[in-house]
Amino acid sequence: MLKRIGGEINPEGAVTTIGEAELPVPFPLGLEFNSPVHGNWNIVHTGMLMPEAIQIYVCADNCMRGVVLTAAEMNAAGRFSFVIVEEENLLNGNLEDVTIEGVTDVLNKTEEKPKAVLLFTVCLHHFLGCDLDRVYEELENRFPEIVFVRCFMDPIMQKHGLTPDQKLRKALYDPVEKKSPDEKVVTLVGSDFALDETCDIKRLLRSGGYTLKELTACTNWEEYQELGSGKMLISCYPPAKYGAEMLAGRLQRTHLYLPGSFDYEEIKEEIRTFAETVKNSVGNAEKNDKGESSRNTESCMSSENIEAFFQREIVLCEDALKHAKSIIGNTPVALDYLYHPRPLGLAKLLLTHDFNVTTIYLDSISAEEKEAFDWLKTYCPNLELRATIHPKMRVIPRETEGKILAIGQKAAWFTGSKNFVNMVQGGGLWGFDGIRRTAEMMTEAFLEEKDTEDLVVRKGWGCESCI
Amino acid sequence: MRQSYRIIPVYTADVSGVCSALYELGGMVVMHDPSGCNSTYNTHDEIRWYEQDSLIYISGLTEIDAVMGNDAKFIRDIEETARELQPKFIALAGSPIPFMNGTDFPAIAQVIETETGIPAFAIPTNGMHDYTYGAGLALAKIAERFVQPSGAAKVTGATRTDISDVTSTGRSSHTLNLLGVTPLDFGPQQNADCMKQILAKHGWQVTSIWAMGDSLENLSHAAEAEVNLVVSSVGLETAKILKEKFGTPYVIGTPVGDFTEDLVMALEQVTNNTNKKKKSSEEESTSGGQDEPEIPYLRNRLSTSPEITLIGEAVTMGSLAAAIEKKYEKAVRVLCPLETNAGLLAPADHITKGEEEAENYLKDAKIIVADPLYRPICPSHSQFYDLPHIAFSGRIYLKRYKDILTNTTYLL
Repeated sequence: MLKRIGGEINPEGAVTTIGEAELPVPFPLGLEFNSPVHGNWNIVHTGMLMPEAIQIYVCADNCMRGVVLTAAEMNAAGRFSFVIVEEENLLNGNLEDVTIEGVTDVLNKTEEKPKAVLLFTVCLHHFLGCDLDRVYEELENRFPEIVFVRCFMDPIMQKHGLTPDQKLRKALYDPVEKKSPDEKVVTLVGSDFALDETCDIKRLLRSGGYTLKELTACTNWEEYQELGSGKMLISCYPPAKYGAEMLAGRLQRTHLYLPGSFDYEEIKEEIRTFAETVKNSVGNAEKNDKGESSRNTESCMSSENIEAFFQREIVLCEDALKHAKSIIGNTPVALDYLYHPRPLGLAKLLLTHDFNVTTIYLDSISAEEKEAFDWLKTYCPNLELRATIHPKMRVIPRETEGKILAIGQKAAWFTGSKNFVNMVQGGGLWGFDGIRRTAEMMTEAFLEEKDTEDLVVRKGWGCESCI
Repeated sequence: MRQSYRIIPVYTADVSGVCSALYELGGMVVMHDPSGCNSTYNTHDEIRWYEQDSLIYISGLTEIDAVMGNDAKFIRDIEETARELQPKFIALAGSPIPFMNGTDFPAIAQVIETETGIPAFAIPTNGMHDYTYGAGLALAKIAERFVQPSGAAKVTGATRTDISDVTSTGRSSHTLNLLGVTPLDFGPQQNADCMKQILAKHGWQVTSIWAMGDSLENLSHAAEAEVNLVVSSVGLETAKILKEKFGTPYVIGTPVGDFTEDLVMALEQVTNNTNKKKKSSEEESTSGGQDEPEIPYLRNRLSTSPEITLIGEAVTMGSLAAAIEKKYEKAVRVLCPLETNAGLLAPADHITKGEEEAENYLKDAKIIVADPLYRPICPSHSQFYDLPHIAFSGRIYLKRYKDILTNTTYLL
């Protein structure tokens, strides 16, 4: 039973239309609400991707509670330890000592020493001018067999700089050692999810005899170190771009940023660039002394074959979208930014295929979505945008008359829908295949209700959850 | 090292305690924090968040605002939201960075109250204390600001307890307030309701529950109750305020198992004594005649070597210990890891600070009753009984949350 506070709420400020919205933040900033939707990954989930590593956090009780229970809920409490910062540590200015001695104590009590420790320092370290160089130097002296990875949980910095999430996606690859490149290996950097086996990138690489190495597939330290063998690096998830660029610079590799998209032309351009880069890389590796290619990589990534690939893929996408439309019909569709980093692009795709997209839930608009934003502003100015963190979103009714299809967990909670696509952060979708998968998941969600309350409150979609 | 934890979590902190205590009272709580406090609270410390609205927000503090001391933005954002949503009060709670900066929360609250006309107050939290401290101070503020003398308060909308037998002092006979009831210690609402029913069976009507399943309006009538029952350490500060303001005596203990009879006897005794003293000493108009708090679970405890160890909040575990001793005649000790414990523990009990100390105390424990997340530090030879505690393991065991009042059949 939904309980309401007060009477009618004027939604102004929390709800607008895309015609009236401005980039990059369409809603006024102020106090922030946090919905009970927790499928997004946080730094604990992402940090657990590093094999044979443990995480140690050094912070105050309240900050600690969220991360330690994240680990517990994903059945990974054994890979999580911490050191509590108390009032007296702030007043005495001995944060370095507390950090060093606390981490040392935890490691001394840990029977099987980890290969790496993701050591998370926090806002307090930053504000107190804690000498982190000294901290790491001392810990490295005490535990020379362990790699200490510099990680941060300092959200106070995130509105004017890199977020803790972005910094972690860089730090996760800091221990990767430079090694001679394997010409047949491409490394995906910074994603929480493995790319789907059917996605365009993987199919193209397989057809050329390549391997895509992903952190998500690494089960031990040796496999993790093999990430450094990629001749070329790619990143697909926007918060991963910074870390991937840093890693490419350090390892002196080519890096391509290939964000997931719902726009045929953008996908084509990304694949052309990708194929060209791969081809060049392979060409150098696989040409014999006479300059002839030893395999057919060049031919499978040739311009002609790529263009033919596009044609086939687009036909399949159109079929999938038509099929979804034939089932979903004119049912209202609401989608959110948590489903995929390109919510406007997805809305544009669906609207151009006659889906009845009514609402997008988001709080800001990425610069990568400017083109979709401009298109929607021109052709669908009445499309509704709803904030997710605006204070009024706590009390604006979360029920919808009639059936509504929600794409994403936040859209599901805010609309009260049980018909929703349960995925976050773009999952393993990419390219034309990602469009088809979305159409298929929309159809499935439309036809089969889910237990919204049970699913969306679970932390870290795709992780173990013991609640 | 006391501050390092290898495997067990920390308890809910003071900031979340404030939010939990005030959740259902129609106010607005603002945590002055960059990010995270809100998510931590509503994910792990608040089981009502999905279905029941409450105006609980963070300020979204940024580095630049913290460095420049830009309180104006904080005030403006709160006032704008308050004008739109019209909360019954505004409570401010600080986190570590504002604590370090010395943010003057009482002054900010005063500015907000003056400019909006909405009662506003600050709870001195910093994210480094236990929930018992934060929740306790939050409820005490409600007592300070909103409870009216008996007969003076106006009932505005809320359904009130039917009080028919009003004594000459303006208090209703055999009525009490339950102080310190939050989901952090008591879980879902039915446990609070259950406590109410148990007391009703023993002839005691509950005037108000601080603060689950009750309204600010009803709480404002707390002075009409004959006695206060502090069912967790969260309610202790409120009891002191109500005693000081209205002379209401209080008893400390949770109605659990066979201990309920002792608790009810203590309630009778305290109210009888208070009435007698009032009659014999007219000049004692508000003191209520109670010198020391009545804590029946500390009386008649077994002095033999403890066979059973309970871990948790002082009052609920102390009461459970008394109930177990009464039923099984086996000595029980309580390990209390929470800071709100002064005067609430028996001689055999221990305050434990940190994982290491708790582990040391548990080394020779034979039977342990605690939240399941304590298991990893318990010796393998001990018998372990699960007693989930939301303030420790959050929602992990919510689906099989045991009602310590009635369902502890495996214990009682």
